[in-house]
Amino acid sequence: MKAVMSGLCVLALVAAQGPAMAQSQAHPDASKPAPNVHTLSQPEVDPCEVPGYILFGEGKLEHVKKAVEENKRLTILVVGSGSSVLPGTDGAGKAYPGRLEEVLRKRYPGVEISVVAIAKSRQTAADMTQGLDKALLDRKPDLVIWQTGTVDAMRGVDPESFRTSLDEGIDHIIDAGADLILMNMQYSPRTETMISLSNYADMMRVVARDREVPLFDRREIMRYWNDNGNFDLNLATKDVTTAYKVHDCLGRALASLVVEAANLDGIKARPTQ
Amino acid sequence: MAPAIPTDRDLRLDLFRGLALWFIFLDHIPSNIVAWITIRNYGFADATEIFIFVSGFTAAFVYGRAMRDYGFVVSSARILKRAWQIYVAHIFLFVIYMGQIAYVARGFQNPLYAEEMNILEFLQQPDVTLVQALLLKFKPVNMDVLPLYIVLMACFPPMLWLLLRNATVALALSVLLYALTWEFGWNLPAYPSGTWYFNPLAWQLLFVFGAWCALGGAERLKWLLRSRITLGVAIAYLVFAFLITLTWHFPRLAPLVPRWLAEHIYPIDKTNLDVLRFAHFLALAAIAVYFVPRDWAPLRSRWLRPAILCGQHSLEIFCLGVFLAFAAHFAKVEISPGIPMQILVSVLGILIMVAVAWFLSWYKDATARKIAARPVDRSAKSSLGGEA
Repeated sequence: MKAVMSGLCVLALVAAQGPAMAQSQAHPDASKPAPNVHTLSQPEVDPCEVPGYILFGEGKLEHVKKAVEENKRLTILVVGSGSSVLPGTDGAGKAYPGRLEEVLRKRYPGVEISVVAIAKSRQTAADMTQGLDKALLDRKPDLVIWQTGTVDAMRGVDPESFRTSLDEGIDHIIDAGADLILMNMQYSPRTETMISLSNYADMMRVVARDREVPLFDRREIMRYWNDNGNFDLNLATKDVTTAYKVHDCLGRALASLVVEAANLDGIKARPTQ
Repeated sequence: MAPAIPTDRDLRLDLFRGLALWFIFLDHIPSNIVAWITIRNYGFADATEIFIFVSGFTAAFVYGRAMRDYGFVVSSARILKRAWQIYVAHIFLFVIYMGQIAYVARGFQNPLYAEEMNILEFLQQPDVTLVQALLLKFKPVNMDVLPLYIVLMACFPPMLWLLLRNATVALALSVLLYALTWEFGWNLPAYPSGTWYFNPLAWQLLFVFGAWCALGGAERLKWLLRSRITLGVAIAYLVFAFLITLTWHFPRLAPLVPRWLAEHIYPIDKTNLDVLRFAHFLALAAIAVYFVPRDWAPLRSRWLRPAILCGQHSLEIFCLGVFLAFAAHFAKVEISPGIPMQILVSVLGILIMVAVAWFLSWYKDATARKIAARPVDRSAKSSLGGEA
């Protein structure tokens, strides 16, 4: 059903926006130039593949563009909660912030890229807003990736307060002269009947639209991977293998969004022209 | 199949409430492809609006008669008894829910979801959790509708009294409460934080509006509902809502919504029964009334009987639906999450709902016949009545 609907959607878009839009539907993937374990072992299916209709950077990441093209130095700050980290001694490198750093470094060897993650378990959006100023001052990031929503949903924080916290955080980040990407919750099939995410995911979408900030729709992306059979997110296992793979893909998808939303060096030209 | 309960009640209400119960069941199964058929994907309102409106309508229909016949005290006692039944049903579902998640907690330790697993912490302090659940402050996912229903029923007697005296004043008061709730942000507190997912102070509008329609309001609106202009406006609004919801399913379409419009309509507040949702329900209702007259022949056909039967035993079938949605989710997680399984559990669930509704009807008919057969107890039949 969803596939049919998305087909219709693409048709509608082509009709509405003309051929230019149709070309950009062939979605450029930032991860393509760097070969990796997944694509080598499964040359035909890329498990990290994200359909174009989910990943869409509408906002313009001006500071990122400037940092990469002029300053040759890009600092990204990831602010998040427990779902931005992974356990284990090499957890930091395997979690999506570490993966994002590696992908971007391979892609732009001439740019000094660092991704710093400040992620603590059980943090609501309001909690994260508290420490934000200090982190912005210390790190002076060009881009902040703000992952939030899960803990607010678990605690049942009033959605309006959640929205206020998001708005406050965004104000701080903009005042500090950084670009911003919002990232919503993970798709977690096992806990779907325990944590009601929709209200909070909708609120993040509203805020992203309102403030013209790109939203990395982690929830829909992971749902797609699960439904499409790329990953089995139902798996009851203590093993970290799947978690590592999922975070690797998240890092890649995030890199794609950064590249697209910042409109970096002729990316749009590569696949179609 | 047994005949539907022979009353002078409007079968359309039972039909639409039955459909609403099916939709609520389907929507409560997470990631369920069959849920694409439900109305929430094509407009602002979902099945909850239908359920609450019809519940208000039937409550006024059943207890309004009782209040005329037996007076305020007796009928109020009956309404409160009903609220108590719903409360007990809610607690019963809560226990099932606890069992399910305690089971999940034991077996699931995927490192990817360490954060999400913190939700199970409340199992470690059952004293607090259980008391908060009994106070209706702690409400797990998908268990928000019955607490709303309980509060609406428990507060219904004075409202019904006023509706019978002066329906217009009663409706005006309800609208006033709704407006004040929006103005001042009133809501009931929830545990561990926040407020009720369905704010009773806002949702009462739909319930009271349903009751108002039952007690003569529908008659008064007849000229409006027959008008082709109303029909046109309603259809136009449904199309508008459909186009907006399309942009939720396909984020790439979102920029096509003009900024000024987006600023006006978002967020569409389900907690406080957003005006857009209420209007969407009104449009649906207007179209339904226009095309489905009270004596519509298919209402007596066997094809619609399953939905009507479910609608006539709404409390039992609603609770069953919540339980079946848990079970369906469980089957998906433990056996297979795929599309064939989603279709299987959806169809099976609805079949079980229909079977139980049929059994309840059969039982009710059988007891009613027994009572009718004994001339001494003939008076008891009317007090048996129906429940809202």
